[in-house]
Amino acid sequence: MARPVQEINAGSMADIAFLLLIFFLVTTTMDVDSGITRKLSAIPPENQPKPPDVKERNVYIVLINQHNQLAVEGELMAVNKLCDGVKEFINNPNDDPNLSEKKDEAIDVPFLGMMELSKGVVSLQNDKGTSYYKYIEIQNELVRAFNELRDELSMRKFGMLYKDLDDPKQKAVKKVYPMTISEAEPRNVGGKK
Amino acid sequence: MAKFARKGKGGTPTLSTASLPDIVFMLLFFFMVTTVMREVDLKISVKLPQATEIKKLEKKSLVSYIYVGAPIKAFQKVYGTEPRLQLNDELSKISDVGAYISAEREKMDERDIPFMTTSIKADMEVKMGIISEIKQELKKASALKINYSTRKGL
Repeated sequence: MARPVQEINAGSMADIAFLLLIFFLVTTTMDVDSGITRKLSAIPPENQPKPPDVKERNVYIVLINQHNQLAVEGELMAVNKLCDGVKEFINNPNDDPNLSEKKDEAIDVPFLGMMELSKGVVSLQNDKGTSYYKYIEIQNELVRAFNELRDELSMRKFGMLYKDLDDPKQKAVKKVYPMTISEAEPRNVGGKK
Repeated sequence: MAKFARKGKGGTPTLSTASLPDIVFMLLFFFMVTTVMREVDLKISVKLPQATEIKKLEKKSLVSYIYVGAPIKAFQKVYGTEPRLQLNDELSKISDVGAYISAEREKMDERDIPFMTTSIKADMEVKMGIISEIKQELKKASALKINYSTRKGL
């Protein structure tokens, strides 16, 4: 009678697999890279004519000094008011002469019909001594303001949040509220630190 | 006549562990697939600031990283405690950013170059001076898409 093939003892297989598993568990990094995405402005070529000046009422000046204090349009402001401030500035529901102007003619945006677009620009300027976390906090608030504006519009028109819209609709909403945040060169007010 | 010998007195039957390796292997493959090996050894300490309005970086291959922060303890004797920036595995000067970006660009597929993103991973305590200089260098290298790396929450 032929001897039956001896079975290999697979009892330690689990141990080997566990060993490998633990190795991968330890080396793995689960963190997904995420952050605030911005686009830098290109350096204009030297012989290019200066772009036309933007009217003062259309610029929302946000300053952060070396003590991490926030000033908006020349006045100190708490960070949590910034978002609403930006939204009011861009929307200007009551046609306040101090807030942003509307563009001269309404533009026909696909899906949305005739829309009056704002000429408003947010200008962000920081000091060299400003802390990075404060800068991010402010950036975050500014981005949040624009995201909320977009959300409100798409809620009103489509009954959905901006991120749930399909691509062409997102583009349309984006056209109404482009993220107009310009960053000025930092000043060195606080002196060398 | 009892053909079936009674084993013990109703003691709990032993659990079959035969499928344990399969389960473990499944887990193992999951981690093998999802794992991303650490690419750089950080010589500086980076504690990311927090934010809420964040976007995920989609394609890792399109992203190059710039780390900014104070050197960790072991390197403080050599490099001091002033915030420095790290590109790949080396502490670098701000003027090296341009060369780094073009080196990263070289590695990339021609079609992907317009989508190249630079992720700035800076410690929350650094001052904006160094960040602004980096941004200036990035502008010169025309790497305009940037991402301020942050943690979620506030």
